[in-house]
Amino acid sequence: MSPSAPATRLRITVNGTVRAVRSAPDTPLLYVLRDELGLSGPRFGCGLGQCGACTVLLAGAPARSCTLPLSAVSDRPITTLEGLGGDKGLHPVQQAFIDEQALQCGYCVNGWIMAASALLAKTPNPSDAEIRAGLRGLVCRCGAHMRMLRAVRRAARARG
Amino acid sequence: MNSTSTHRTYRLSRRELLRTSGAIVVAFGMPPLLGAAQGAPAPGSAAGGAAGIDAWLAIARDGTATVFTDKVELGMGVSTAFAQIVAEELDLPVRSVSVVMGDTARTPDQRGVGGSTSISAGAVPVRQAAAEGRRMLLELASARLGAPVDRLTVRDGVVRVADDPARRASYGELIGGRRFDVTLRGLGGTAADAVAAAKPKAPADYKIVGTSVPRIDIPAKAAGRFAYVVDVRVPGILHGRVLRPPVPEAKLVRAGGVPEGAGGVVKVVARNNFVGVVAETEWQAIQAARSLAVTWSTSEARWPAMADLYAAMWAMTPTTRRVAEETGDVETGLASAARTIEARYEWPFQSHAMMGPACAVADVRPGAATIWSSTQHPHQLQAGIAELLGLPVERVHVIWVQGSGSYGRAGGDDAAGDAAILSQAAGRPVRVQWMRADETGWDPKGPAVVMAVRAGLDAHGGVTAWDYTARGFSGSGTPASPSTAGDLLAGQLMGRAAGGVDVPPPLQENYAFPAKRRVGEVIPWPQEGSPLRTSNLRAPSQPATTFGSESFVDEVAAAAGVDPVEFRLRYLREARHVAVIRAAAEKAGWTSRPSPRRDAPRAGLATGRGIAHTPRNNTVLATVAEVEVNQSTGDVRVTRLVIAHDCGLIINPDGLRGTIEANLIQSMSRALKEEVRFDRSGVTSVDWHSYPVLMAPDAPDTIEIVLLNHPELPPYGAGEPASVATAPAIANAIFDATGARVRTVPFTPERVKAALARRTS
Repeated sequence: MSPSAPATRLRITVNGTVRAVRSAPDTPLLYVLRDELGLSGPRFGCGLGQCGACTVLLAGAPARSCTLPLSAVSDRPITTLEGLGGDKGLHPVQQAFIDEQALQCGYCVNGWIMAASALLAKTPNPSDAEIRAGLRGLVCRCGAHMRMLRAVRRAARARG
Repeated sequence: MNSTSTHRTYRLSRRELLRTSGAIVVAFGMPPLLGAAQGAPAPGSAAGGAAGIDAWLAIARDGTATVFTDKVELGMGVSTAFAQIVAEELDLPVRSVSVVMGDTARTPDQRGVGGSTSISAGAVPVRQAAAEGRRMLLELASARLGAPVDRLTVRDGVVRVADDPARRASYGELIGGRRFDVTLRGLGGTAADAVAAAKPKAPADYKIVGTSVPRIDIPAKAAGRFAYVVDVRVPGILHGRVLRPPVPEAKLVRAGGVPEGAGGVVKVVARNNFVGVVAETEWQAIQAARSLAVTWSTSEARWPAMADLYAAMWAMTPTTRRVAEETGDVETGLASAARTIEARYEWPFQSHAMMGPACAVADVRPGAATIWSSTQHPHQLQAGIAELLGLPVERVHVIWVQGSGSYGRAGGDDAAGDAAILSQAAGRPVRVQWMRADETGWDPKGPAVVMAVRAGLDAHGGVTAWDYTARGFSGSGTPASPSTAGDLLAGQLMGRAAGGVDVPPPLQENYAFPAKRRVGEVIPWPQEGSPLRTSNLRAPSQPATTFGSESFVDEVAAAAGVDPVEFRLRYLREARHVAVIRAAAEKAGWTSRPSPRRDAPRAGLATGRGIAHTPRNNTVLATVAEVEVNQSTGDVRVTRLVIAHDCGLIINPDGLRGTIEANLIQSMSRALKEEVRFDRSGVTSVDWHSYPVLMAPDAPDTIEIVLLNHPELPPYGAGEPASVATAPAIANAIFDATGARVRTVPFTPERVKAALARRTS
């Protein structure tokens, strides 16, 4: 079923591919990615920008897609968890999360991996305090924090 | 289903299995047939599963095995543990085992998930079935290879003659195109009634069980290729949102203002006090729910003011009083004591607050329904949805799909009820996900508990008597198993009575005091259609009751001037209890001295250590917390947690460590931060700002885990136990550091400052 009355078709670049989307311009990017483009990496957690489950990279910077209107994306490229590793398969942060077995249910893990990848791109050798501060806005309800922090440290070492 | 999922999917559907040739299918039970043959139904199998079959294992002609279980994955690695157990018995690689969980058309009814029993009880018939499959395969191999069974060995699904390994046959070759049905009798899912022919392996022979096999679900989750219940999509799917009463017990007067057909709105649904909207897209559903004009009657919650809650609880008259234990003469013990001490403790309402708000998809057609849900009780939800929709139970198909982590009876079942009602009204499949305020505001809550404890001490500091009472709202005001329409929030809002029963707050402890009384009381609480309805939240109410008892043990030890570890060991008799306390103390580098520390500073930063110990069913543990208390601000920082954990036989050490770590962090969050806030208009803690949880900067510097493995014991359970002793360990550490006793959870800076101010100089 197609959504009713799309006024315009906006073009966005997702994981390296330009996509024309029908959603109304005020639609938060999260629903465009999930419901129109069929991506499942970013997830709805709060709709308030408080938890990070919906995090994507917008021109390389972490953004909360649940509160970001489609119209505000403009020509900035969007990267989701599915596209984080690019052509090389898994991103080192993704691999580190697997190596450390760093999740319980994993619903939140998109936010942690996306935010950590942006953190390491900016600060390749962060201190433990910098990692904690950099990831302070992310909720993990199950409590897998210790392993996720270890995974970020491991990824930092792997990137060397 | 999302086609990108790489979650373990079944290789054979049940229908295919029934048809197929070339398989070994092991089933347990068949109560009607058994009943005729044996004169009585198999224990525990009365409800039966699909076609009355009680447990399943299938070995296909490609040599792979599929296990069918009602136990579901909540994020702790249980699916991996099941795969390990089956792989072990069958001598298959773990990757050759698929796990099908929670599907009312394909898996047996094992009464869902709860109480840390998925492995301890749920895996018993699975292991037995796998052992039986192996026995059959070895018999086939014996005939084919011309060697007795005891001369055969198996590795990775290939059977060889031990002294002539060139003579070999794979499982697939042995099965060929033939079909073998094996029905074992009398397995109801408990260890006691295992009467199958094959004997499972001895733990000493384990090669896969007991090793840290990586979790089978993690690679897909890290890659963004895992399909959760929120990712279920079916053709023609619509999106729904629900609107709850603004005030508990408000009655719907009118819902309107959003015309159907405009803005993508397909349907506005109002049934008694249940209100929802259905739209073409998710965003349209959200907008329609926001703009819907709903008029409700004026109402006021039948609750005490939040500030008066604990006093009101003590003033209420219990509806149930259960004496869980009474030894010796408590009154005489207290009367003869050189001195008595007493204290009261308070534990708030807490929320599951699932990371992903509750979500479900329902496809309700005339005469039949399919429900995709993250429920912990697939077969019980099937019954509840059937009653809600007015369908025969067998016409409802519940398919479990993994959800956001849930820790007991969370909102997943309620979302399924919502989706069912909306799909029935819309005549098309509907996906419902709650908004954050629906989740944190309206999920079933862990009940508030108050505790009163008193003890008598003789002249030498020995305990003469111990008298403990925990009083709380029922732990089952909303039952864990949603088997009636009234057990679902939608049903309650449509006028069905909640099926709740009185479940007193349980306490488990094993101190050998000369006289002891342990009492649990239930006090009444409005449940129907309420955002403060009460249900199971991880180790239901035991974090509260143990907070009371283990804090008080510490208070008595301090009154006696005895080191807290030494004091506990004086009164513990069972070797496994003593062992976890000794192991935790040793790992923590515990030095023997009474609390509080003598040199405790009265201002500025103070540091201290505390211990707490608990059994939970057959699992035992001791937790040591080290804290740093800022006496100016009241901030408590937990710098280190050490736990010694004994849950019997360990299936997967690394998976267990991950579960224990997460238990410790979540229970630390509950101890330091979590409290449902409410006023007469309803619950006011509705998001991550008003219901804060522990975040990365608050995590300890280190968590150290000592696993005490017992291959000679069955596997017990680890999903809950490590949650239980964290709050008292932290409270005891705050006392050790400062001499101030916090007796109310959570230990907010305000409460800590108040406790510091109460210190006598």
